[in-house]
Amino acid sequence: MLIPCPLCGPRDLREFSPRGAAVTLERPDAEALPEEWHAYLHLRDNPAGATRELWWHGAGCGAWLIVERNTVTHEVIGVSLVTGEPEQ
Amino acid sequence: MSPVARLMSRRSIAMRRHRCFAGGRPAGSGMRYNAFQILKQGLAGNRGWRPAWRKPDPKPEYDVLIIGGGGHGLATAYYLAAEHGLRNVAVLEKGYLGSGNVGRNTTIVRANYGLPGNSQFYSHSLRLWEGLEQELNYNVMHSQRGIINLFHSDGQRDAAARRGNAMLNQGDDAILLDRAECRAMLPYLDHDQTRFPIYGGLYHPRGGTARHDAVAWGYARGADRQGVDLIETCEVTGIDIAGGKVTGVQTTRGAIRARKVAIVVAGRSSQVAAMAGLRLPIESHVLQAFVTEGLKPVIDHVVTYGMGHFYISQSDKGGLVFGGDLDFYPSYAARGNLPMAEHVMEAGMTLMPMLGRARVLRSWGGIMDMSPDGSPIIDHAPVDGLFVNCGWCYGGFKAVPGSGHCFAHLIATGQPHPAAARYRLDRFETGRGLMDEEGTGAQHNLH
Ligand SMILES: Cc1cc2nc3c(=O)[nH]c(=O)nc-3n(C[C@H](O)[C@H](O)[C@H](O)COP(=O)(O)OP(=O)(O)OC[C@H]3O[C@@H](n4cnc5c(N)ncnc54)[C@H](O)[C@@H]3O)c2cc1C
Ligand SMILES: [Zn+2]
Repeated sequence: MLIPCPLCGPRDLREFSPRGAAVTLERPDAEALPEEWHAYLHLRDNPAGATRELWWHGAGCGAWLIVERNTVTHEVIGVSLVTGEPEQ
Repeated sequence: MSPVARLMSRRSIAMRRHRCFAGGRPAGSGMRYNAFQILKQGLAGNRGWRPAWRKPDPKPEYDVLIIGGGGHGLATAYYLAAEHGLRNVAVLEKGYLGSGNVGRNTTIVRANYGLPGNSQFYSHSLRLWEGLEQELNYNVMHSQRGIINLFHSDGQRDAAARRGNAMLNQGDDAILLDRAECRAMLPYLDHDQTRFPIYGGLYHPRGGTARHDAVAWGYARGADRQGVDLIETCEVTGIDIAGGKVTGVQTTRGAIRARKVAIVVAGRSSQVAAMAGLRLPIESHVLQAFVTEGLKPVIDHVVTYGMGHFYISQSDKGGLVFGGDLDFYPSYAARGNLPMAEHVMEAGMTLMPMLGRARVLRSWGGIMDMSPDGSPIIDHAPVDGLFVNCGWCYGGFKAVPGSGHCFAHLIATGQPHPAAARYRLDRFETGRGLMDEEGTGAQHNLH
């Protein structure tokens, strides 16, 4: 698996650490209901097919990336930088 | 540090009531297996053996439908019939029986868990293993050759002693091996390796291995002989719910009605649960395994090398069977990537340099249903008549008898079996009763 880092170009899987579904970018408000926190922390769509994940380019530029990937074929569909702006 | 007492557990006395299949068998096809049959069939040119289970078409309605013909689904069906007299049951399998993880695992069977919940459950399961061949009249090649978990520091020795004591308290067996004992039992390891010198091991004599396919086939045959319909190439595509109650399922072989439906599909749990509108606390990951060409007997036990994420045993056919950690990204591919294969080989070579002389024959992967705390779920789903059994992570093979036994109890009686009462679906939401054996946190990606 090669992941095309927007800063470094295509790099070997060994340089990256997966951090799970990108839902972790959608942190609920502090006042959110317990069910929302539960959904955020534990429940996952866990799709067989296209998915959005967080990966860290630890042995490269150190950037956090949003990787769109197919979980059935391992094809990497797209990669972008995590901007730090809350997602809509 | 309290040394673990040397206590070999009493071999569990058959706690099973042995049911004889001979009388009152409703529909199954199989014959009893015994020495006389082998002789008789052998003399007749082995032409008289019959298939071990029927290939029925689905009926329009059953009392219980089990989705998933893996180890857990087949065992559930078996115990529904054997323990609870429920025989109007069907197992719906999208491929062939045993095509999932039950035929892809590295066959380790053990009861060396430390936390309440897991501890009594795996203990219960191991006792069922010990009576399984008689119970099923089937040779599952269960071999209690012992498991040795190596440790490499004083701190790890303390942790191993604590775990061993928990195992003894549970009524199972554990022996703390020092350096010399470990060296005597496992002379072929590189004990003085510079990376992680071996300080000793936690020995679990009743642990071991079993032939994985045979476990699926044995339960399948046992369920079939009691009238359970095993329906292969039948993929469930929808779950019918009316007024908050399950009414049946849609499949590639038509609609089937039932008021009780059980989801036991391991790596595919999220997809099947979604058919009932549920989201589960599950991520599916790939775990790889490797086997070498067949060799003469060389490894007598199961050996685990936690520091290298490596474990190994030798199959009865002679292949060295070994594996490591997850690839760590969600996957449904049933195959992994090279970095983990390389890591496993490196760890194996560090621990056991002779491994380099063997040739790897095959590698493969299975889809693991990972839960946030690394422990499983056996519970009602929040839909009337729907049950879920999932979250077995990379350790569900040894759980097959216990899981089937406890899940059947839940489905038949509506009450959790005491050995599995802590495997609640709501523990992540409430935070009560999390079972995080590794102590890393109940969070995806950490187990
Ligand atoms: C490489 C590897 C090594 C392992 N090593 C060990 C070990 O040493 N010890 C141990 O205890 N555990 C081990 N495990 C884990 C163990 O194999 C699993 O936890 C366990 O087998 C899962 O339960 P199962 O047997 O019911 O799953 P499976 O055999 O996967 O059964 C699930 C079934 O559901 C079917 N299914 C899915 N979707 C549908 C649908 N829509 N309709 C109908 N059917 C469907 C699938 O086809 C499959 O047959 C290992 C796993 C792997 C992959
Ligand atoms: Zn980069």
